[in-house]
Amino acid sequence: MSDSAPIELPEGLWSQPAVDTSAVDSITDVESVQLITTPAKFVYDYTPGVARTRFLRAIEQKRLVGQRCPETQKVYIPPAGVSPVSGLPTLEEVELGLDGTVVSYCIVNLDFTGNAQEIPYVSALILVDGSDIPIYGLVREIAPEDVHFGLRLKSVWVEPEEMTTSFENIKWWAPNGEPDVPKSELADYV
Amino acid sequence: MRDVAIIATAQSKHVRAASTLNEVELIQPVIHEAIEQSGIGRHDFDFTCSGSSDYLAGQPFSFVMTLDAVAAWPPIAESHVEMDGAWALYEAWVKIQTGQADTALVYSYGKSSPGDLPRVLSRMMDPYYEAPLWPTSIDFAALQARVAIADGVTSEAQMAEIANRSRNAAASNPFAQLTSSPEVADLLSSEYLAEPLRKHDCAPITDGGVAVILAAGDKAREHCTRPAWIRGIDHRADGHHINFRNLCVAPSIGIAAEKAGVGMGPVEVAELHACFTHQEPIIKAALGLDESTVVNPSGGPLAANPMMAAGLIRLVEVANRIHSGEVSRGVAHATGGHALQHNLVAVLEGEG
Repeated sequence: MSDSAPIELPEGLWSQPAVDTSAVDSITDVESVQLITTPAKFVYDYTPGVARTRFLRAIEQKRLVGQRCPETQKVYIPPAGVSPVSGLPTLEEVELGLDGTVVSYCIVNLDFTGNAQEIPYVSALILVDGSDIPIYGLVREIAPEDVHFGLRLKSVWVEPEEMTTSFENIKWWAPNGEPDVPKSELADYV
Repeated sequence: MRDVAIIATAQSKHVRAASTLNEVELIQPVIHEAIEQSGIGRHDFDFTCSGSSDYLAGQPFSFVMTLDAVAAWPPIAESHVEMDGAWALYEAWVKIQTGQADTALVYSYGKSSPGDLPRVLSRMMDPYYEAPLWPTSIDFAALQARVAIADGVTSEAQMAEIANRSRNAAASNPFAQLTSSPEVADLLSSEYLAEPLRKHDCAPITDGGVAVILAAGDKAREHCTRPAWIRGIDHRADGHHINFRNLCVAPSIGIAAEKAGVGMGPVEVAELHACFTHQEPIIKAALGLDESTVVNPSGGPLAANPMMAAGLIRLVEVANRIHSGEVSRGVAHATGGHALQHNLVAVLEGEG
């Protein structure tokens, strides 16, 4: 393969030039159309696939399952059926814990959710016990300023009669009282 | 120009609905079959390019999810086209021509079963005049068939013969979805779907995918006993609004055929991306093919039509016949848009 020379970016690549409206400015005998609306709606039958089906069936039973990459031995949750690192099918299912560890977090002070969450609230990346990739979750039952790296959490689930094949079965995550995981043990995940 | 060849290929078994699999589960085995066949390590491709459309399965950025199947870590040189995989192959071919790559993995897939495909395809039209009317792909094809019949380009009887020949030919295609056909007389006595098109005139709705490995020069010879060399490849587009076009002819195919050098030698086999029976004679005429060419021995899109893959499969079907030594020179055609609007033509040859 030949080496490629660095590409020089053209001037003004990131600037937005003024819109030239001269073509339509000449139309004087009709009022210009500012906006049209073309409604379009499609209904799809979503197929979760084999791996996600197994995950969703497990979560219906208050279980978390991941799948292991045959090459790197990393455990993925939620599994998609294929390891993104090796490109190989992740055929081995792994039963995971229901607790996890904070590997990143942010304190949200803006109401993105239309009052669904009282602000401020904490979004976190949580490394579920036994897995190698963190999942996203809400942290509650702790003051936002007290959330930190390595904080141990338990998953808080909806009532048994409300359980469905949905990630929403986990309402939020809350401190489980265990000592923090040292940052050195989380080096691969932060 | 660098010599570039198709050195390995794989397809899924095409089905009406792959209802247990998500898209990455559908395409991963196909990609890996092609990679294994090539003997090139799965982390060793210089370039990867795919073709798919989010509209089909209703999955935003669906191609990002299927990248899981190509071992994209550490980061790889990768691109995607929202087009048939034949154009992903074209981009990879250009990449190899520039000297930036010697090998490339190309794949494409379509999972049409989750949505209402003929209506989904209406979204290809312009949003002001045509899309609000929800014209389906079958509506447009029927308009084209009507003028093709009126102009003497084809006839309902010839169209039924094409349907019968294609689906019976697919009996020897292990990947095909439809592998037999009623007799021509029975086809002609069936009801119209959108007159003058009957059901048999239309390609089936299919879930499936395809993968191809490209390599340049000695690398191709090293990994393949009889590479299918891409001797010419070109793509051209006709106007987007179908009312701007004479639908009986496909000038863009004619230009692409000339640029690709179709007429520079005998065409033993041609795989044509004709999703409707009446399009086969239009494409044949534009390519300048005569009766000595075997057309769509795989059954063509009438036997299996995975969107975004059916065009690339045309190249694969020609390449497979060169790999096996069955033919030495063939032509593949791929199309995009409605009523043969955008067309790609490739000439493939074997050595010796």
